[in-house]
Amino acid sequence: MTGKILLIAASALALLSCGQKPEKAEGPSPAADSSYQDRLQTQLLDAKPGDVITIPAGTYSFDRSLSLDIDGVTIKGAGMDKTVLSFKGQVAGAEGLLVTANNFTIEDLAIEDTKGDALKINEGENIIIRRVRAEWTGEPKTSNGAYGLYPVRTTNVLIDGCVAIGASDAGIYVGQSKNVIVRNSRAEKNVAGIEIENTYDADVHDNVATGNTGGILVFNMPNLAQPGARTRVFHNKIVDNNHKNFGLPGSAVSSVPAGSGVVVNSNDQVEIFDNDISGNKTANIIVASVYSSGLSREGMTSAFDPYPEGVYIYGNRLSDGGKNPDNLKLQALRVAMFGPTGALPDILWDGYVNPDKLQNGALPDDLKLCVQNDGAEVLDIDAPDDYKNPKIDTAAHACALKKLPPVELPANLLKAG
Amino acid sequence: MRAAKLRIAAIIAAAAALAACSRPAPTPTFHAEGFPEHLSDWGVISVHDGELALSKGVVPYDIATPLFSDYALKLRAVALPEGRKAVYNASEAFDFPVGTIIAKTFFYPEADGTWDGKVTYGADHTVKNGAMSLKGYHLVETRILARRKNGWVGLPYVWNADQTDAVLKRAGEIIPMTMRRPDGREEKFNYLVPNANQCKGCHATTLKTRELRPIGPKARHLNKMSTFVAGKNQLDVWDEKGMLAGYPGADKAPKNADWTDASAPLDARARAYLDANCSHCHSPTGPADTSGLDLRPMAEFGPRTGLCKSPIAAGAGTGGRPFDIVPGEPDRSILLYRMEIDDPGAMMPELGRAVEHEEGVALIRQWIKEMKGSCS
Repeated sequence: MTGKILLIAASALALLSCGQKPEKAEGPSPAADSSYQDRLQTQLLDAKPGDVITIPAGTYSFDRSLSLDIDGVTIKGAGMDKTVLSFKGQVAGAEGLLVTANNFTIEDLAIEDTKGDALKINEGENIIIRRVRAEWTGEPKTSNGAYGLYPVRTTNVLIDGCVAIGASDAGIYVGQSKNVIVRNSRAEKNVAGIEIENTYDADVHDNVATGNTGGILVFNMPNLAQPGARTRVFHNKIVDNNHKNFGLPGSAVSSVPAGSGVVVNSNDQVEIFDNDISGNKTANIIVASVYSSGLSREGMTSAFDPYPEGVYIYGNRLSDGGKNPDNLKLQALRVAMFGPTGALPDILWDGYVNPDKLQNGALPDDLKLCVQNDGAEVLDIDAPDDYKNPKIDTAAHACALKKLPPVELPANLLKAG
Repeated sequence: MRAAKLRIAAIIAAAAALAACSRPAPTPTFHAEGFPEHLSDWGVISVHDGELALSKGVVPYDIATPLFSDYALKLRAVALPEGRKAVYNASEAFDFPVGTIIAKTFFYPEADGTWDGKVTYGADHTVKNGAMSLKGYHLVETRILARRKNGWVGLPYVWNADQTDAVLKRAGEIIPMTMRRPDGREEKFNYLVPNANQCKGCHATTLKTRELRPIGPKARHLNKMSTFVAGKNQLDVWDEKGMLAGYPGADKAPKNADWTDASAPLDARARAYLDANCSHCHSPTGPADTSGLDLRPMAEFGPRTGLCKSPIAAGAGTGGRPFDIVPGEPDRSILLYRMEIDDPGAMMPELGRAVEHEEGVALIRQWIKEMKGSCS
C-alpha cells in the first residue's frame, strides 16, 4: 500500500462514495427547437470537403449528439457569446458534437451543458479549434460532462483563443495525440484546467488557468496505444487553482489535490518555464508518478513506464503557493517542517524513481528532475517510503536539460482565421 | 362491331386494373447510390394483411448473444446478389459482395396489445417461413446496411404510424416510449433512432478508415442452431444456400455462448455478452481504443480487459468506483456501474440504450462476483 499518499484526499473521497447507487435519468424531455437540430445534423451528413457550415447568432437547443465524419469541413458561428449550441435538454449521446474527420475547423461558437463531453474529436489530422467556448453553466458540479474541448488520437492540433468552464474532468483535454499547440485560451472552474495526456510534442502557452482544482496537467496513463513525452508549458498564468475537486473518484483527475498549479504525472521530457504560477495552495508545481494517484499495479500492463523523467523547470515566477495543501499528510508535513503559518516549497516531488535506471544510486542527468528557478525549492516528500524522510534537496536538482524544440504545425493551421 | 371492340378493350383495361391492385411480391432492389426515401424502395421487407414478410431470396438470421437495444426484438435479414457469396472470416464480419442488403428491424410487443406508446418484453417473436404476424407488435425502425462499391452505407428508416412502410430519417429521431417490465414496473425512456453518422459510431469498427462494417454476421455470432430451419446449424444453412465461400464447417468455426444459456460456463456467457455489447468500440482499432479497454472475446483477461484498470476518460462514468473490474466486488467495478446507469454522459454503451438491461447486468454482476483476485 505504499505510494498512495500524496493524493490521500482521493481515497477519502473514495470511501465516501463507495457503493454509490446509479441515479436514474429524467424522463423524456424533447428539444425546444428540433427543426434546427435536424437541419444542422443533415447539413453535417451532407457536407462536402471544403464546405463551411455557418451557424448564425442565436441559441439552439439539441436533445441528442451532433456528429460529423466528412473531412475538410469548417463549422463557423458568429462568436463564442453569440452562437450557442445548448444541450441542456440532451437525452442521448455522450457528447455535444462528435467529429471523426480530418482537416476540421470549428470556430466562433459555444457548446453548453452537454451531458458528456462538449466537443470530442476522435482520430483526425489537422484540427483547428478557435475561439470556441465549452461551458457548463451554473456552479461547477460533479454531474457536469467530463471534457470541454477533447481532441483524442489526433495529429496537428491548434486550440487557440478558446474558453472552457465547469468540466468535471478537464476543460481542455488533449489525449493520445501528436503535435499540439494550446494557446491564448482560458480554463476556469474545471477539475483540470488544461490537460495534455499521452501526447507527443505539445506546446501549451499564453493561456490562463485559474479557479480550477489543478491548473495545467501533463499526464501519462497506462494501457494506452501510446505514452507521451515532450510537452512545453510556458508563458501561462496559472493562478489560484484552488477549487474543491469535484471529479468523481476513479476518474483520472480525481486524485489531484485542490491547489495544484502545474502537475506532471508519469510523463517524460516536460519543460515548464516562463510561467506566472501563484496562489496554488497545495503547490505551484507537482511532479509525481501514477503510483501516487491510486492506480492499481495489477491494472497496468508491464510496458507502462510510471516514472516522470527528464522534467525541467526554469525561469518561472513562482509565488504564494503551498500555504494550505488539500491533503492531510501534506498538511501535517507542512506544519512539521515549516510551522503552522509556513508554506510548502514551490515544487513538490513524490520521490519515485525507476530503480532499474539508477547509476551509483542516482538517475542519469537526462532523466532527472532539473530546476533552475531563482529561489524555488524542491521538496521530496518520500512517498515511496510513506513520507518517512521528506527533505528539501534543491541542490540535487540543480541540473540543466537540453531544451525541447518548439512544436511545428503545418503552415495552414497557423494562418490567421 | 365497333362497339364490341370497345367493349373488349374495356374488359382488358379492367383486367389490367385488377391485376395492378393485387400486390406483386416485392423483390430486393439494390440501390447503388442515393438515399431511397422509403424502406419499401429496397424491397426486402413488406407489410400486408397484418403480416411482415421477407421477400424472396431474403434470408433471416439471428445471433447467439445479441446487442441489447432497450429490449427491442430484432428481425435480421440478408439479401445477397443472385449467385454471389460472402467470404467467410474466422474473426471479423464476413466479406459480403457489392449488392448485399442487410436489414435489421426493431420492434416491440405492445404492453396493452395495441399501440399506446407502452412496450414490454418477454418471449421471442420472429418469422416463420418468411413471415410473422404483427398482431400485438409495434414496428419501430428498420436499419439498412447496403454494400456499395465504395463500402457499406447505413440508413435508418422509421416505421410510419399506419405501420405500412418506413421513412428515411438520416438525422435520426428520439421516440419517447414507456417500458413495462414483465413484473409490471413502468419506466419512461427515449428510444434513439441513430443518425447516419451514429450508425458509424458502432459500425466503423476501425476508426482510422471509418469504413462501415456489419457487426452481427461474424462466424462466432452465427455459429448456433438455426432458429429458422429446424435441426440445422445456422452457418450450415447459409452454406447450403450457397451464401458462403471458404466455410470450414461449423465445428471449425468459433462460437460465442448464448448469454442466456445457464448450462454454458459463466465466463463464456459474460465474455459473449461483453463482445456483443461493447467490443465493436472497445477493441484495439475501434472508436473506444482511446480508453485502452479491449472487450473482444479473444483478448486475454487482464488489465486490457478491465482487471484493476483505471479509467482514462470516464468522467462521471466512474460512479465513484476505483477500477473497471474489481474481482469479487461488482459494486466497486466501474464496468457494471456504466451498464446500470442511464445518464447519457455516464452510461455504456453511449448510444442505443436508454433503460437498464437488468438481466445483462445480473450476468456481469455474477461474473465479477465469482472472479478471484484483488486490486492492490
